[in-house]
Amino acid sequence: MEFLLYFSDVFTPVNFGLLLIGTIGGLILGATPGLSPTMAVALLIPFTFKLEAAQGLILLGAAYTSTVAGGAVSAILLKIPGAPANIATTLDGHTMAQKGEGAKALQLSFVSSAIGGVFGVMLLIFLTPVLAKWALAFGPSHLFWLAILGVTIIGSLDSSSVIKGLLSGCIGLWLATIGFDDIMGAQRFIFHPAVSGGINVIPALIGLFAIPQVITMFAKGPNDTTAEVIAVKKQPVMDSIREVIKRRRALGIGTAIGSVIGLIPGVGGQIAGLVAYDQSKKFSPEREKFGTGHSEGVIAAEAANNAMVGPSLVPLLTLSIPGSPTAAVLLGGLLIHGIFPGSDLFDNHPDVAWTFINSMLIGQILMCIFGLYVAGLAASVARVPHSVMAAIVLGLALFGSYSVQNSMGDVYVMASLGIGMYFLERFGFSAAPLVLGLILGPIAEANFVQGSMIANATSGLGPYFLTGTLNLTLIAVVLASIAYSVWMELRQIRYTTKDDAVHKEEAL
Amino acid sequence: MPDLPRNQHIIASGIVAGVGISVCYLSYTQQPSEAFTFPRLISTVFAVLAIWTFGKALLGKTKVGNGLSMEAMSRITPGLLVMLVYIFWAAKALGFYTSSTIAFFILLSLYDPAQHSEIKSWIRRALITAGFLAIMYGLFAMLLNVYTPREFFN
Repeated sequence: MEFLLYFSDVFTPVNFGLLLIGTIGGLILGATPGLSPTMAVALLIPFTFKLEAAQGLILLGAAYTSTVAGGAVSAILLKIPGAPANIATTLDGHTMAQKGEGAKALQLSFVSSAIGGVFGVMLLIFLTPVLAKWALAFGPSHLFWLAILGVTIIGSLDSSSVIKGLLSGCIGLWLATIGFDDIMGAQRFIFHPAVSGGINVIPALIGLFAIPQVITMFAKGPNDTTAEVIAVKKQPVMDSIREVIKRRRALGIGTAIGSVIGLIPGVGGQIAGLVAYDQSKKFSPEREKFGTGHSEGVIAAEAANNAMVGPSLVPLLTLSIPGSPTAAVLLGGLLIHGIFPGSDLFDNHPDVAWTFINSMLIGQILMCIFGLYVAGLAASVARVPHSVMAAIVLGLALFGSYSVQNSMGDVYVMASLGIGMYFLERFGFSAAPLVLGLILGPIAEANFVQGSMIANATSGLGPYFLTGTLNLTLIAVVLASIAYSVWMELRQIRYTTKDDAVHKEEAL
Repeated sequence: MPDLPRNQHIIASGIVAGVGISVCYLSYTQQPSEAFTFPRLISTVFAVLAIWTFGKALLGKTKVGNGLSMEAMSRITPGLLVMLVYIFWAAKALGFYTSSTIAFFILLSLYDPAQHSEIKSWIRRALITAGFLAIMYGLFAMLLNVYTPREFFN
């Protein structure tokens, strides 16, 4: 119950103010199609430099939580999911809005998001210290395999092609080696003065997440894509709260599935929302109503995508392994304040860790309260033309990446990586494993070098890295995640091929 | 299966394979070798996966990635050119605020669906640009005290 000791820290004027700014700003950013939670958090990092570590994390955590929930606004009112996590919400939420129940859908979405989110953060509170203590038993070889696991699991599970996902992870790991070697001081791969000090993670994150989005907005051209916003009629909030309680099966399924999926690194909110929607439909006696504007669809999807936010931070805060791209960005936010996750965080900076976690708990409730009032404004922001959004994001990316070290080199790195990533994405590569490689590369290398020294003095490299229960378990998980993804990919190919055959037969 | 642009995939994966092989070559030839132990490990996997991807592209077995259509390229090119000039030249040469004003206004004008013949749309663009710059100045110059390049005014 250590977290209770730091509860009052959330309510200091500065901390609470930042929590409010992060929550309201996140709701508006989340409602904006094209601005993903990861990109929103990445663009916010430069604003945390002047803040204390806990304050910076409060801002980033609040933005993360509320961008996921804010995405429901545009999903319901515009039929455009604000983030991939809100795809399932669109299925019933928009139909409800078309039937004149837009306010009800929004209220259901925020109430169930808050309930799911609070449950998820409670899991974070109770699991994290236990796992952090367990992580103390990890030696260099285990930490090396954990870092590799972080890259391979996201590379294989989060990408449409396993090979390209793993290749993206390798590119990230290579980028992390650019600069001066820590032990020998040797120059490695310094092909331009801008990268002589290595690649700074923050400008890289901004570039990799923001610039491809800017170019994607360019690709849409000067079309008037402003969608019609469905008007929202007033509706008593209590009715929606009663409805959520009445539909507790959907709420329970959504919360449970979101929490479990959140704990698995690499499996995002999109999957949580869709799986929860599907399972809720299967277990519902009114399953035929799903897709026709049924409240259970909105409740299950939104409870799931917010319930996964807290658990998705468990691997990050305990093992330094970000479970999602947004968690990777949060890790960047921690590292710039010189704080390293794991047991060090809870032993030496408990105030930072618990104030941050507690703020996420309060943030869920604030998100629910403000979500109901900000929804109208957020829907208007969602109609901002792509041209304005692209120019704003580009400007923020330039200023944000420069402000990290007041260096034009960082700006050039940001832009080069971002433009390169856009083109790579067009050919099936993915930013998430590349970012994980970039962030986990130094951790993997430091532990590899340390492990090699121990191995040379003791049993040798092979036995040290490839034997022992924990090493073998981690290696098995790395291989299993790759094998599972390959199997899924082959199954999909087979399925598509069969489908094609059917189409061909029909055409004949 | 969707029709994927085979030649584009060959070029893209060829570039990635080229980078992978170069990195692998450098890792094994640069000294001191102790500093390159980890890069060797990584670059070997990098090169193998990159060659595999290139081989699949050559054989036309690529399954994901729609590539770039000419239409998309023609839409991207003006914005991309503005972005490149803005970031790689104007930001330093003209200063952040001057170059941002110009780039913002050009991007709005290029991609705004509103009619270019209407004076009202130009006034709206100018007002949005001014608002954006005021917010950026407030955030970065006044709140965060970031000293940005201002060569144009020196």
